[in-house]
Amino acid sequence: MIKWWKILAALLIFYTLVWGMLGSVPRLNILHETIRNVYYHVPIWFAMLFLMGYSVVHAVKYLSGNNFTSDIISDQAAQTGLFFAVPGLLTGSMWAKFTWGTWWTFQDPKLNGVAIAVLIYLAYFILRSSIDDELKRARISAVYNIFAFVMMFVFIMILPRLTDSLHPGNGGNPAFGKYDLDSNMRLVFYPAVIGWVLLSLWILDIKKRMALLAHIQNEN
Amino acid sequence: MKIKLSLILFSLLIPFLSNAQELEPEMADVFRNDGKIYVVISVISIIFLCLIGYLVYLDIKLRKLEKRN
Repeated sequence: MIKWWKILAALLIFYTLVWGMLGSVPRLNILHETIRNVYYHVPIWFAMLFLMGYSVVHAVKYLSGNNFTSDIISDQAAQTGLFFAVPGLLTGSMWAKFTWGTWWTFQDPKLNGVAIAVLIYLAYFILRSSIDDELKRARISAVYNIFAFVMMFVFIMILPRLTDSLHPGNGGNPAFGKYDLDSNMRLVFYPAVIGWVLLSLWILDIKKRMALLAHIQNEN
Repeated sequence: MKIKLSLILFSLLIPFLSNAQELEPEMADVFRNDGKIYVVISVISIIFLCLIGYLVYLDIKLRKLEKRN
């Protein structure tokens, strides 16, 4: 009835929810037990990045094949991705408050980059909703999608690495280099990433099928 | 012979007797161990299982709609 990868998503996340609390973590100053947020905050962002990648792949697919399904998938993936940015931002803000001492700082390139990336994708939805002609909307938004993905990648993954940042994995440090040393954490972190990516695909699957149904009904 | 047998039988009982005196009354201590973290885990698990249940429900409902079309 339910596809195997959906069950796998639920099992993997369930395992990381329980073992993320019980497993042993390195004892670090400032972070203390909040290092466990790595299991929850980071995979959410991985899922968001994955969905945006999924979205841009289908945008390119639309441009090369003019298949309307690709446009719908691209739109729905970007929507779901942006949805995942919300808990990502909120949990990051919460974590920052209790480790860096502030909810948000505009001095930090990673945080600024994420804020800009979210705004770029908000513009994508405004662009979509402002064009009535379906073919035009699909083509223009697919082109903008490619631009948005490249800009997001620059703002989140490249620019923060060029300067200093409070956020780990930036300012010349390889991401997770610190945590990778701890094999106990890896046992939870990697399943968490796979689990949340699969769960985001599940939500996308439901949204996509809903949009396709609505599309078919509009045509009839 | 009879005395020997009863001695052996008695010696088998010794562990139970000594245990009964040392053990505290049994309580449901598991959920209060480790700063009650198990309570938090059970709460998270319930929320997550409810969410997954809802996703499954949506999935099945959608499949019925798709079949109708």
